[in-house]
Amino acid sequence: MQDFSEAFGLAFRLVLSADPDLLEIIALSLKVSLSAVAIACLVGLPIGTAVAMGRFRGRTAVIILLNALMGLPPVVVGLLIYLLLSNAGPLGWMRLLYTPTAMIIAQAVLIAPIVAALSREVVEQLSTEYAEQFRSLSVPPGSAATALLWDARYSLLTVALAGFGRAIAEVGAVIIVGGNIDHLTRVMTTAIALETSKGDLALALGLGIVLITIALSVNAAVMALRLTATRYAYA
Amino acid sequence: MPDASAIADRRSWPEAADPPAPLGETRGLVYRPSDTALIDGIDLKIPGRGRTVVMGPNGAGKSLLLRLLHGLLIPTAGQVLWGGRPLDDGLRRQQAMVFQRPVLLRRSVAANIRFVLNLRGRAESAQVSEILDEVGLGELAHRPARLLSGGEQQRLTLARALATNPQELFLDEPTASLDPASTAAIEAIVNRAHARGTKIIFVTHDLGQARRLADDVIFLNAGRLAEHSPAHSFFDNPASQAARDYLEGRLVIRKPSR
Amino acid sequence: MLKKVLTWAAPITLLGSVLLSTASLAEEKSILVQSTTSTANSGLYDYLLPKFTAETGIKVNVVAVGTGQAIKNAQNGDGDVLLVHAKPAEEKFVAEGWGVERFDVMYNDFIIVGPPSDPAKVAGTRDAVAALKAIAASRSLFASRGDNSGTNKKEIALWKEAGIDPKTGSGDWYRETGSGMGATLNASVGMGAYTLTDRGTWISFKNKSDYRIAVEGDKGLFNQYGVILVNPARHPNVKQAEGQAFIDWILGDQGQSAIASYQLDGQQLFFPNAKK
Repeated sequence: MQDFSEAFGLAFRLVLSADPDLLEIIALSLKVSLSAVAIACLVGLPIGTAVAMGRFRGRTAVIILLNALMGLPPVVVGLLIYLLLSNAGPLGWMRLLYTPTAMIIAQAVLIAPIVAALSREVVEQLSTEYAEQFRSLSVPPGSAATALLWDARYSLLTVALAGFGRAIAEVGAVIIVGGNIDHLTRVMTTAIALETSKGDLALALGLGIVLITIALSVNAAVMALRLTATRYAYA
Repeated sequence: MPDASAIADRRSWPEAADPPAPLGETRGLVYRPSDTALIDGIDLKIPGRGRTVVMGPNGAGKSLLLRLLHGLLIPTAGQVLWGGRPLDDGLRRQQAMVFQRPVLLRRSVAANIRFVLNLRGRAESAQVSEILDEVGLGELAHRPARLLSGGEQQRLTLARALATNPQELFLDEPTASLDPASTAAIEAIVNRAHARGTKIIFVTHDLGQARRLADDVIFLNAGRLAEHSPAHSFFDNPASQAARDYLEGRLVIRKPSR
Repeated sequence: MLKKVLTWAAPITLLGSVLLSTASLAEEKSILVQSTTSTANSGLYDYLLPKFTAETGIKVNVVAVGTGQAIKNAQNGDGDVLLVHAKPAEEKFVAEGWGVERFDVMYNDFIIVGPPSDPAKVAGTRDAVAALKAIAASRSLFASRGDNSGTNKKEIALWKEAGIDPKTGSGDWYRETGSGMGATLNASVGMGAYTLTDRGTWISFKNKSDYRIAVEGDKGLFNQYGVILVNPARHPNVKQAEGQAFIDWILGDQGQSAIASYQLDGQQLFFPNAKK
């Protein structure tokens, strides 16, 4: 398989040349996936926290549902968002199909359950530790929720990271709602899919190596932050 | 250490000049989470002032009683009253508790104090350092709370409990895993709070500690009240056989009679 | 407290800027063309569209999918112009009122490519129908797009002409990939199957391995591309003026000569044939 050595060489040359097209694709990938993570956290953290702290009927069912939704197939999410945003769909008037915003929405839908389900576990664990002390101090639920989220912030960072990893790596949803339009909605994964379909496997693999490198860097940065936090017993 | 009169002044009751001393009371208190009653019909009258020490062998129900008195557990039957009123959220807010294992927020020492002050709607940094100075943690204000030594951590949870100006302070074996110096520091803080008029209810296994602190002793055995006596009579001449056995170090835990 | 505000403010600001920036993109003068993977993968658009944009200031965004999906998307109003290669389906699209009018743009041809071992002994022949018969008779592997694309529709028509229902061999010697042309070529090369492809995609395809053209030159392998403006009467959002400008340009002298001049590896990929 000469493709491998060729791919690594190509990946290096791609990065070193700082090709403007490649940089544009990387920038859009990061913009779309980071925005999706931000939205998914805004939605998923409150849900995860509410389920973690709440004691209500059907709670177990909600937890099972959240855990199951973690495995949402990207293509299905893409299709659902396509049908919603299509001009023939109920939200067609927003003219969002084939824009980065549509891709952000699709990825946010994809990873919000991941953020909710994982943050539920993290917060519940901490809540078990704090519950009696908080009850003793008569901490109102709102303050308790904020305190738990704040104290779990470094673990929740890892949760967000899991969401980011899924978002940056998925292709099924963004290729449907984004359309892989050059200079508009082309991201790393759709570019890789395109080069694969052109049979340019070396370039596809080279782009893949770049993508993995980005994912590695982001993970390393967050882990470094977490390690510092652990040293201060904040994580 | 700031002088005692200044502290006493800061901690004077804002609403009423001289509120009536609360009197704790339980009536037919039962706690039965499953088949076995762990607290089995306790009637108590807790004096409004002084340091009440709760003793008894392992499994007697000391920690459960404390949690029932503080409203952390809901009794299966019976009532808990403070100052003649059934325990409610308003009364609970005037109480505080220190647990055997310190539960500290993953924040700095000062932030742990700030958290409870904010809950009660007032947090000034001068107040935070004053509270920390009082328990000898002023220097450590910016250290991560969970990196403190066990003794320092327990002093911090005690300072945090006292920061809420409680009328009743519950302590559940707070010094069980501490060295003598740390234990002495905790007792000193408890005594100062008592001197300022905070009602102390203290669970301990440590006979020496009980002798040092107690004004009156509640002795539990197998979920029942075996004896409630003034400290001197409890230690010199216990009324119950169970207490006599316990003090002599030969109490065998008895199963509930039913 | 301030720290808390900052931690929440960062993602919200980011979010706001993202929504604003995409909104401004929508303001730009642009059209959306629903087209096929074969044209996009050949690199034709990368060559053609900058010329059009330079002349008119209209940016062209291309969504490249199978012809079947492109038509479906256009029916949903998700596109201004349709540029595909399945004449009967295109005419139906116009007849049902989804499109304004269909014009021939260009053509190339289909070819059957296969492994050097040539198990069906069809290499070098011209008759596509006879070749398919030989492939079926020898039960040689054949990879089909199976995705209702223009190429797929062409292939199905050829099987029909040969009087063979390849579906009886589905999963056996007849392998439907359900994917685009490139992916199907990758699969064919991987499993040693014959497949029908348009010449443009084949020339620009980079994972040929030792594959070669087996059948070419049959009149029946003619591959006509057509262009249609999506009907603004059905979808008021259609950018009629810009879309028509694109169609006029690609059918006009400049567009047609640009198509003729596009070469890859020294070969012309598409042949303009708009009616004057």
